[in-house]
Amino acid sequence: MCAMIEVENLTKWYGNTLALDRATFGVQAGQIVGFLGPNGAGKSTTLRILTGFLPATSGQARVNGHDVLMESLAVRSSIGYMPENVPLYPEMRVDEYLAFRAGLKDVPSAKRRVAVDRVVQRCWLKTVRRRLIGQLSKGFRQRVGLAEALISDPPVLILDEPTIGLDPTQIEETNKLIVSLGGKHTVLLSSHILPQVEKACSHLVIIADGQIKAADSLDELKRRLAHRQQVVVELRTADTGDGPAEVGRALGQVAGAADVGTEEVGGGWLRATVTPAADADLREALCAVVAQRGWQLREVHHLAPTIEELYARIVAGEADAGKEAA
Amino acid sequence: MGKVLLLTRREISAYFVSPIAYVAMALFLIISGIFFALADFRPGAPAGMRSIFDIMMFILIFIIPIVTMRSLSEEQRSGTIETLLTAPVRDIEVVLAKFLGSWLFYLAMLAPTLVYVILLAVFGNPEYGPVASGYVGLVLLGALYVSVGLFASSLTQNQVIAAVTGFAILILLAMLGPWIATVVPSRVWIIGVRTLVQQATIRTHYQDFSQGVVDLVHVIYFVALTAYALFLTVKVLESRRWR
Repeated sequence: MCAMIEVENLTKWYGNTLALDRATFGVQAGQIVGFLGPNGAGKSTTLRILTGFLPATSGQARVNGHDVLMESLAVRSSIGYMPENVPLYPEMRVDEYLAFRAGLKDVPSAKRRVAVDRVVQRCWLKTVRRRLIGQLSKGFRQRVGLAEALISDPPVLILDEPTIGLDPTQIEETNKLIVSLGGKHTVLLSSHILPQVEKACSHLVIIADGQIKAADSLDELKRRLAHRQQVVVELRTADTGDGPAEVGRALGQVAGAADVGTEEVGGGWLRATVTPAADADLREALCAVVAQRGWQLREVHHLAPTIEELYARIVAGEADAGKEAA
Repeated sequence: MGKVLLLTRREISAYFVSPIAYVAMALFLIISGIFFALADFRPGAPAGMRSIFDIMMFILIFIIPIVTMRSLSEEQRSGTIETLLTAPVRDIEVVLAKFLGSWLFYLAMLAPTLVYVILLAVFGNPEYGPVASGYVGLVLLGALYVSVGLFASSLTQNQVIAAVTGFAILILLAMLGPWIATVVPSRVWIIGVRTLVQQATIRTHYQDFSQGVVDLVHVIYFVALTAYALFLTVKVLESRRWR
């Protein structure tokens, strides 16, 4: 395993605005990495620095072993980049544009035809290859952008929101395409669509306010956040006459419990959600309390963090996880 | 160099599908045609193109920035500058290709005016020397105007602002010398400054061409100023790295 993308203490100021604050992360060869963060968190800035379009104020970044500032041309040769909003020349035809870009990216002229055919096939552009780009729908334009990024078969693909503005079927197709790129290509893609990221990516880099909040594999992040997994207990206090407030108080006294929320779910049942203060499994202790008070218990389970939750918690800075990861 | 040619080809094909380019071309041919008919193509006038060559210097101040205004400003507005400059090409290759594309388009625009030469040959007996040197002057003048227009278009995302900036720089460059010579009393000026301003003026160096003189000094003036404007354009593109 070698690092295809290495980012070290990358900082970017736009005038007096700090867009990127000592960002550090790495992407190994063959990984598909999701780059997540709220709008304005610094995603596009990072991608632009990696592609050599913008320089960083300080810090270092290497792609495929080359420094993005000192060996910009070598870096650009090894990257297929699809910027946000997919800028294209409206007056060109699809295959004409792809052949032009192939030439710019050093595909020898004898092989351009084949390269164009390959990406046209791969990105489902067969039906529109002679059409003017300006007349294409958003979905097709997006695919042209993707085809362009793939044209020189680069080792690294950097895709800025590749599925934004696509319909669900197209998102699904694009997703499959991206997954099929893994292994052979290293992919760094930014996105807002969390379920898509969960399907496509093995690793996540999460950024907020210009700071990398977490950078690790999806499983590892889930495991780390599971330390603070909430426990849901459903119980009935009918025979003892204890109210929800009493239940909350009793469960809250369990060692390690930080916060208890209760809600009625009908039929006299209460659902209590217990958040642990640190990484501790509270299930047994909670059951003991319930048994001791003579309440009826019908369900106890861990609340597995969904990717949305994972994201929300990391962005909120709740997870001290990921800081040491690179 | 291969990439410059590839990019130039794209530029030229973009011109030939752009309505603005055709409008500029038509405008140029109509206006210069009218002036040719009025100034040079008259009964009794000497069979030459001296007047039209001089007039074209002014017409082109307004035509060429319209031809070049799109060049870099549109790339910046639509964002294609990002895909362009993240491809493995140098900034200077991009600028050279933009220049060549616009300049070749200008030459294509100039080509139909060769009809004037044919008309003169049919109806009179022109001296071909000054006509040839006049065209040499126009080719060089066009290169300078195109590079200034390109520079203006690198400064902004807005085509109209690019065109107006181009007009402004060219008017200043073309007219400053004569204006200073006539308006400001000569004794106010230190001789050196006045000479400098006059020597920097396009008109000073362009006039000789239409009179049949190809002076190396004038050729160097146009080539150097063109190169300088292109250099500035490259620097503007690079400035995104420190802005």
